[in-house]
Amino acid sequence: MANPSQNLGYDYTVAKWFMFACILFGIIGMGIGTLIAFQLAFPELNNIAGEYSTFGRLRPLHTNGVVYGFMLSGIWATWYYVGQRVLKVSLRESKFLMFIGKAHFIIFMITILLAVVSLFAGVTTSKEYAELEWPFDIAVVVIWVLWGMGIFGLIGIRREKSLYISIWYYIATFLGVAMLYLFNNMEVPTKLVTGMGSWLHSVSMYAGSNDALIQWWWGHNAVAFVFTVAIIAEIYYFLPKESGQPVFSYKLSLFSFWSLMFIYLWAGGHHLIYSTVPDWMQTMGSIFSVVLILPSWGSAINILLTMKGEWHQVKESPLIKFMIFASTFYMFSTLEGSIQSVKSINALAHFTDWIPGHVHDGTLGWVGFMTMAAIYHMTPRVFKKEIYSKKIMEYQFTIQTLGIVLFFSSMWIAGITQGMMWRAYDDYGTLTYSFIDTVIALHPYFIIRAIGGLLYLIGFFMFAYNIYKSVTSSRSVEVEPKSASPMQA
Amino acid sequence: MFSWLEKNPFFFAVFVFVVIAYAGVVEILPAFSPNARPIESKKPYTALELAGRHVYIKESCNACHSQLIRPFKAETDRYGAYSKAGEYAYDRPFLWGSKRTGPDLMRVGNYRTTDWHENHMKKPVSVVPSSIMPEYPHLFKKNSDLDTAYAEALTVKKVFNVPYDEEGYPKLGTYEDARKMMVEQATPIVDAMSDEEVKQAFEPCRANALDSKCEIKEIVALIAYLNSLK
Repeated sequence: MANPSQNLGYDYTVAKWFMFACILFGIIGMGIGTLIAFQLAFPELNNIAGEYSTFGRLRPLHTNGVVYGFMLSGIWATWYYVGQRVLKVSLRESKFLMFIGKAHFIIFMITILLAVVSLFAGVTTSKEYAELEWPFDIAVVVIWVLWGMGIFGLIGIRREKSLYISIWYYIATFLGVAMLYLFNNMEVPTKLVTGMGSWLHSVSMYAGSNDALIQWWWGHNAVAFVFTVAIIAEIYYFLPKESGQPVFSYKLSLFSFWSLMFIYLWAGGHHLIYSTVPDWMQTMGSIFSVVLILPSWGSAINILLTMKGEWHQVKESPLIKFMIFASTFYMFSTLEGSIQSVKSINALAHFTDWIPGHVHDGTLGWVGFMTMAAIYHMTPRVFKKEIYSKKIMEYQFTIQTLGIVLFFSSMWIAGITQGMMWRAYDDYGTLTYSFIDTVIALHPYFIIRAIGGLLYLIGFFMFAYNIYKSVTSSRSVEVEPKSASPMQA
Repeated sequence: MFSWLEKNPFFFAVFVFVVIAYAGVVEILPAFSPNARPIESKKPYTALELAGRHVYIKESCNACHSQLIRPFKAETDRYGAYSKAGEYAYDRPFLWGSKRTGPDLMRVGNYRTTDWHENHMKKPVSVVPSSIMPEYPHLFKKNSDLDTAYAEALTVKKVFNVPYDEEGYPKLGTYEDARKMMVEQATPIVDAMSDEEVKQAFEPCRANALDSKCEIKEIVALIAYLNSLK
């Protein structure tokens, strides 16, 4: 019997749009990130465009740009590609789902545009990774509902009875973020209550310690369900496809999926260690963060062992190398996170530069590498073109890896230096350093970090150029490649 | 069981949701009531302080400054008494921050003065040589949004029963009352400042708080807020 999928003709229109959006927001988000990294080393850069260029205004733009612009676009690009393929159904078959997909993209773009303008203007709720004010929150909910309709709609008309593991992870991303987002963004618009003041202002439903609790329940876990769960969905599809190897262990997939679901949300408490939330909660946050190592490494080891007996591919294909390195950074980053959640280490690390250092080895290494690898894999299949240059990929890989290493190692040293200086006492029992001493001490590390960020950004430009050239002037692909993506020179 | 779930997306989704949500329910619900009780002597922010808090949020000061003193000797020596849950009962949103690029500000009102803040916002290196804080000249030019500040105070009073106008607590009153009190609180701050533009814009307020020419600059509200952090 012929495989029905060969006659389906998947429709990649929406996937293409999200691929372009992903690259565009990657450049913008990382560009702003590099700028604010340099601002810490050279504060004069803060006032290059008046109030609109200060660190405080740009930082939420950087995080939102990268998390929601770059990463979510990447996740959705892969969803509109992977979803059709593993469910064996084409978007073209349903006018309704096609419409939903397009509406999803268009409303997302409008919302991002409004978000950029409002954040530049300083309209923010101040909650990290949930800075948007209430009207934009509603737009985000609409976007999310549209994506959910897309997911479950496509599942509803599927030809493949069993859901492949990537679909589990996409569903979990959808549900997890939906729940967290709704609770954390509960707010009361003041204009609606009083008829006065700004339309764009609201007050949080929760006060003080409660607000912090909900915020970090969101802050940690939204990151988890966007940065981790969705990216695992990607790698479980793209690595086996690209390498032509089956996933190493089904049981390990099962174990790591369900335990990740169960453990992840407990870990949010590690942001609140030594704060004013109850002690038992801090302890739970700490313990579950350490236990989280098991499902994280479970997934990562499962991925790495998929390459068993095929390790020569890492040498031959830069694309496999991106994915294997992504998994390695995932292991590294989750180990680091668990270490930072141990109470005594948290006492030193909290509030220091080690924290952004930790976030960045996860995002740059794991999420960034995997997202770029996914786009590289999709390009020959979506645009029917070979990847323009294997050489550029190799150089890009080297430059970006160097960037990540400079970034996290400098921040690691900076954070520990900072923490040690804050707590240092002299022989007479007085604090050895004033706060500004620690700022001065960090100057060289801030420069190294900014250079690391710049290298990663340069690598990202090479990536964008490579994709651009692939689409516009590369050799055509006649038959869709089964595994290994074709690469020119 | 799992292979059954893989073929039944609806139950799969329900199952995932329950497993995810479980932690949230156990972890968050029990803490809500005790955490929300304000510590004795803690008062809600005045309308002017709220306007200043909006400026603080607008510029994302919390991206670099924390407002949470942890119970370590090095922190209490440096910043003052450690934080208690009830001290934040009127903070919507909380502003603990997650990274200290600058020092903690939880009790900054105890050790910094109005003129220090003024110089610090205008030119940080004039008071802290080698500071990497940006300069904020536009705070001296833009007017505080007093209406939104009043709207917020009224909202939390109505919706969350924040005890404005009760005995021993700050008065809010009508919009006119609030305007007068904002000017009243701003007066000593403006007097202690040296920026001419701020002073001139404030002049009409002295005669009539409701004068449409009466302008309270953002910096004044921000300093009122920072001075209230004790």
